Amino acid sequence: MAKTTLRTLFAATLLALTTLVQAQEPRVVAITQIVEHPALDAVYQGIKDELAERGFKEGDNLEVMHESAQGNSAIASQIARKFVGESPDVIVAIATPSAQTVAAAARNTPVVFSAVTDPLGAKLVSNLDAPGANITGVSDMLPIDKHLDMLQRVMPDAKRIGTVYNPGEANAVSLVELLEERLAARGLELVKGAATKTSEVLGAARSLVGKADAIYLTTDNTVISAVEAVISVGERASIPVFAADTATVERGAVAALGFDYYDHGRQTGVMVARVLNGEQPGDMAVETMEKLDLFVNPAAAERMGISLSDEIIADAEQVIDSAK
Amino acid sequence: MLSNIALYGAIETGLIYGLVAFGIYLSFRVLDFPDLTVDGSFPLGAAVAAILIIDGWNPWLATGCAVMAGMAAGAVTALLNVKLKILNLLASILTMIALYSVNLRIMGRPNVALLTEETVLTPWYDLDLAFHQVPVLLFTIVVFVALILLWRFMKSETGLAMRATGANARMARAQGIATGAMIVLGVAVSNGLVGLAGALFAQSQGAADVTMGVGVIVIGLASLIGGEAVVTPSTVVRALIACVVGAIIYRLAIAFALNADFLGLQAQDLNLITAVLVTLAIVLPGVRTSIANRLTRNKA
Repeated sequence: MAKTTLRTLFAATLLALTTLVQAQEPRVVAITQIVEHPALDAVYQGIKDELAERGFKEGDNLEVMHESAQGNSAIASQIARKFVGESPDVIVAIATPSAQTVAAAARNTPVVFSAVTDPLGAKLVSNLDAPGANITGVSDMLPIDKHLDMLQRVMPDAKRIGTVYNPGEANAVSLVELLEERLAARGLELVKGAATKTSEVLGAARSLVGKADAIYLTTDNTVISAVEAVISVGERASIPVFAADTATVERGAVAALGFDYYDHGRQTGVMVARVLNGEQPGDMAVETMEKLDLFVNPAAAERMGISLSDEIIADAEQVIDSAK
Repeated sequence: MLSNIALYGAIETGLIYGLVAFGIYLSFRVLDFPDLTVDGSFPLGAAVAAILIIDGWNPWLATGCAVMAGMAAGAVTALLNVKLKILNLLASILTMIALYSVNLRIMGRPNVALLTEETVLTPWYDLDLAFHQVPVLLFTIVVFVALILLWRFMKSETGLAMRATGANARMARAQGIATGAMIVLGVAVSNGLVGLAGALFAQSQGAADVTMGVGVIVIGLASLIGGEAVVTPSTVVRALIACVVGAIIYRLAIAFALNADFLGLQAQDLNLITAVLVTLAIVLPGVRTSIANRLTRNKA
């Protein structure tokens, strides 16, 4: 009995000592970003705010190093070397080029990336669920599964989902491939309409009439530039149009789930805090955006022949009630 | 102070930009041809090497193709100037802009990752050296070989004809030198070197990116001028050594600037520091000669 008490006491002292040491020695987070840009600056701010909320306060028990390469990749590479050489507790790399230079330079230092769309394609990790090495992070890839959850919540009976995309836009093609795969996993069918330029968007949208129960648009630049064409077809043929970005809801789509880069930074900050608390990046799955803002447009829904339930409207971050 | 990794990193990047400075020395100094193509041929070399490497080519072969691609880009600039009589500066800007589209076409996307691919560096990591020392060793060898080849070339009959073309084109023509051909050859070799630099840079930093050419010309020029300030370029060898020395000094200066927290400097001040350094490098040699002149006058 006495022995156990002694052991507990010893453990408690040890614990107190370690916290004491932790409190004295500031933890070092080195943040590199490829260029100053409103979205990327918001990520940086989000990381710092989240860390502060989790007890890592800059100037108190946290030292933050921050460098921007000002768009120059040679400087990005030198920043990466500088950070690796100073062996901070975590290196945070914002945007793909910075993340790649850090990954090339860092062998053992923990790395958390942020605002990287395709971590697999960028060869930062070989497995999203278990990265394995010293690197993990948050991807700003469209959370297509969450978008489809939302679509199915509004239209549980939709079986055939139409989309309009530009086959000449690499980003759009890979998103449509991903969409097709995710739809198939849900037993839904994808109906594609191709438009290589904005003037072809109307024709492509018309080709979906009678073949699709709903339309979901990715962040395809060509299609979004001429999104009014898709919306007019949706209204005339009563095919509800859903979007991947919230701005399109203001232009007449039924609903969209979007995110902002400050929240992206906050989520990155959570991962950084976990690494500071001793977790290994290699054991932490790569995350996509968790906090998404639902934008709905009930008037547009009505024009497309459906009504949004009060429940969904109550969940929405923003309800757009303008006629158009 | 600088950590070992930051120091070796600066030297590594400096060696790569030494190759760029070789190219700029050839065009700006030897041929007197202000060539901005390099902002496009640097990522061109990176793009060609990267896409061939992920296609399974031998990395050295891919790097060789990057050199050829750079040479082709340079030849286009020179031909626009020589055959179509477009002002040299404008011709190079045209090629540079066109190369942005070409590079995107070659890569098929804005960024091609090489992080897990076999590169020219891969076999060298088996050596008993620290991770950050390997690229320095390999690139020192590459730069040394390039320096020797360039030096021999400049002493050859063709090289002399090229130098004559740059020094006095009318006189060179009068001596029977095909000055147009010399310009095409010189600008091609210059951009071939820059393509080589781009290919090596992509392999050492783990990716080719379509934006990586931004500012290459400024950095190359700064390296050239800075090197000339330190190593007086009285002979071809000294001029070539000056290129490498200047490029490394420039990179060390940036590494120190990144570490200059004690001066209250921040990341966004970097471009200003670069401009100040380049200005100093340009002005200092003049100051040195005027002081030297004053001293000799006093003696007399």
